[in-house]
Amino acid sequence: MTQSGRPGPRVKSVRWSAPAVAGAVIVGLMAVLAVVGPMVWGAAADRIDAAAILQGASSEHPLGTDNLGRDLLARVLVAGRYSLLLALAATLIGAFAGVVLGTLPSVLPARGARLVTGTVNALVAFPGLLLAMFTAVVAGLGARGAVLGIGAAIAPGFARLTQTLAATVAGSDYVAAARMLGVPRRRILTRHVLPNIAEPLILNLAQSLGGALLGLAGMSFLGLGVQPPDFDWGRLLFDGFPRIYVTPEVALGPAAAIALAGIGFNLLGDALARAAARTPAVRRPPAAPPGEAAGEPDAGAVLEVEDLTVTFPGGATPVRGLSLSVAPGEIVGLVGESGSGKSLTAAAIGGLVPYPGTVGYARLRLAGQDVATMTGKELGTALAMVFQDPLAALNPALKVGGQLAEVAVVHEGTGRAEARRRAVARLGQVHLPDPEARSRQHPHELSGGMRQRAVIAMGLMGTPRLIVADEPTTALDVTVQRQILRLLREVVDGSGAAGLFISHDIAVVGELCDRVVVMYAGRVVEELPADRLAEGAAHPYTRALIASLPDLDTDRSRPLAGIPGVQPAPAQVGPGCAFAPRCALASERCSAERPELVAHGPAQRVACWEVS
Amino acid sequence: MRARAWVRRLVRFVVSLAVLVVASFAMIHLIPGDPVRASLGPAAPIELVQARTAALGLDRPLPEQLVTYVTHVLSGDFGTSFLTGEPVGEVILTRLPNTLTLALLATAAALLVAVPLGMWAAVRTENGRRRGTELAFSATTGTAVAVPEFLYAIALVAAFAIGLGWFPPAGRAGPITYVLPVAALAAGPAAMIARISRVETLRELGKDYVRLARAKRLPGARLHLRHVLPNTLTATLTVGGLLLTSLIAGGVLVEYVFAWPGLGMKIVESITQKDYPVAQGVILVYGAIVLVVNLAVDLVLGALDPTSEIRERT
Repeated sequence: MTQSGRPGPRVKSVRWSAPAVAGAVIVGLMAVLAVVGPMVWGAAADRIDAAAILQGASSEHPLGTDNLGRDLLARVLVAGRYSLLLALAATLIGAFAGVVLGTLPSVLPARGARLVTGTVNALVAFPGLLLAMFTAVVAGLGARGAVLGIGAAIAPGFARLTQTLAATVAGSDYVAAARMLGVPRRRILTRHVLPNIAEPLILNLAQSLGGALLGLAGMSFLGLGVQPPDFDWGRLLFDGFPRIYVTPEVALGPAAAIALAGIGFNLLGDALARAAARTPAVRRPPAAPPGEAAGEPDAGAVLEVEDLTVTFPGGATPVRGLSLSVAPGEIVGLVGESGSGKSLTAAAIGGLVPYPGTVGYARLRLAGQDVATMTGKELGTALAMVFQDPLAALNPALKVGGQLAEVAVVHEGTGRAEARRRAVARLGQVHLPDPEARSRQHPHELSGGMRQRAVIAMGLMGTPRLIVADEPTTALDVTVQRQILRLLREVVDGSGAAGLFISHDIAVVGELCDRVVVMYAGRVVEELPADRLAEGAAHPYTRALIASLPDLDTDRSRPLAGIPGVQPAPAQVGPGCAFAPRCALASERCSAERPELVAHGPAQRVACWEVS
Repeated sequence: MRARAWVRRLVRFVVSLAVLVVASFAMIHLIPGDPVRASLGPAAPIELVQARTAALGLDRPLPEQLVTYVTHVLSGDFGTSFLTGEPVGEVILTRLPNTLTLALLATAAALLVAVPLGMWAAVRTENGRRRGTELAFSATTGTAVAVPEFLYAIALVAAFAIGLGWFPPAGRAGPITYVLPVAALAAGPAAMIARISRVETLRELGKDYVRLARAKRLPGARLHLRHVLPNTLTATLTVGGLLLTSLIAGGVLVEYVFAWPGLGMKIVESITQKDYPVAQGVILVYGAIVLVVNLAVDLVLGALDPTSEIRERT
């Protein structure tokens, strides 16, 4: 779908969402606590009071006292600095070791590089706590062993990150360009590689800090980290934990501090990562034009559309006032540039316009019945859709035959075996070689053309009255395109269904379709029989589309003819003809007043002041 | 092609295992000073230290020690505890099942809660619908992910064992004693998996095959469970598998809180008491479990995802 993107003023609002603010505030408070904590409460934290040993909460000691009668609240507030410093030390050690490990492969000979890469890959999957325990055994109990261990646990992640980042940057076009220009290697490293990998590395540093803090707290809590007389939050929890049976509040302070720090760093890290990952959004403004098109639906038509409008919040109206009808056995081509609203028209007919878009119409009937009143079963069997990329349209996890069969199983209550038999028959009908075997394969085992045949076969599982094909050949090889077009024709002729064929390629449309409807900026500008395309096209836009086609006579040494200018965004369409700014024939009237679709010879209608 | 990828993966497993064995062997030798002296304490008579050193074979040349160690490990002999004289292999065998049950139950609990929760959140908030639900979901899970398992454990003990008295606060005796440790261990991973499940589901919901399935007018349950779910599982299970290894490590802390008679409790004791053979053996087993889990995750994924064959190739 070309313009399913929501018109979004919400990109910016995420950046400082509530969680991000909460994270920043918590981390900020932690930093302040680390600076001022020991200065303010240092004395209280160390004051031994033999008269107040192992007390629970009291007004004097809100969190109780420890085995020397020291105030636990003060100790929690003071321990912040040590806890954070240890975490910082472990993170920096890990980051440094990791960056060195990560750059080694680019310096070492191939065999050594593979060894380092292999080691890093093996270590990345290793839980940090196990590594920390290993170093705790080797380095002995205490803060040093724990910091080294947590650092060692952080290093592999940094190494992997450095390695992949450096590889990506080194393979990028601008580095290749710098090399071609003869920029020396060292300068490439300092000017191109390092600045481009610094940001993700710093980001990872921020995120690792929280992990290190929790890891160190865990080690201290197990009695394997900080040892008395030093204390961090983990150690305070270690001391308080055995007492929770009697005075649970003594464990509350350190537990809350650890939890809060963990949450704060995590929320902030998340927000930072999200901000960094946000690439500048390619905003594709949905095209939208004014007016309602003419056209009375034919009596015997399978598809009757009158005054179809698709609106998105914010006033963008990519399709407005579109009318269309398709007779049984007829294929109507809907042509236009991307953004003209053709794909959304198809989505609206199929009831597939994505939230928050809304669809309005005066009449939308399939086989004489209002689409809104049709049940899922009726729509599911009467409407077949074919999309651009058949690999994406088939579920990669399910076998081809099963995906076909389920239409019959779900909507018609057919038995599995019978449904499978029908699936194989339909696959044969679309000339898929060896349909029995193919039905038991997964989509990725089929070629592009075979997949598109399978999708078409899926549409034939019910009794299709309308086949909507949205750019069904764009993703295929030229030779395969032709076969698929022929198949579509054959299927429409064979089933008596109506076909709606959507394409940006007017040549393909002219070849396959009976009638052509040209859309520009959300509305129909011309409607004519396909065989009159070459000679009888009247609207300047249609003529420009045809003129832009290269054919055998085109002089390939000269630039292809294009249409100057771009299709206007919905908000930019003035009161007049949307094509006027790009039109060579445009007069004053064209930009002031919008032309209606009016008859122009037999079976042809045009919306243009200058030619009608 | 597929067979070759599997062989490659197995070779990697065997090499990692070999490195692990050497690392656990090296551990005792990396300890600065004399590990036997360190474990027996400064007051121990020199004869005892020498006798213990000889009994452990620590006076032999290094290469010989390595060969002995590897042959012993391969035959299931992990040495004997400095403190109790028990064979380490036996200690591991009696305790390993308790640790594994805990980890597996927690993984199962996390997946069973988190995958449906994540999918539900994705379907509810598709295309930016219901911003409030989305915000509440990400804030809750973001917070839950950040709280370490030992704090969950302590909080659960304080609330449900000591406060309400519904569950025993520690020990392992009967199914009811599993509830709190499993909950403590599963909470963080569940929040993480729910997030991933939501993101993956959202990604799948935007794809063409879902549009086509919707055009086929499949009922919601079939669309989500049969079409979307299998495609989200690869990523979810990858992370679930990686979480399983972190869950094994987290189990150490949870076991400690609940005095759970598993390997985690043992490793903490052995390190604190400088009982090096036990620490060495238990770390080796933990490492091997991690390697096996990672291998299993890869093999399961290879079997689950029919396109992984392509991915291997490119």
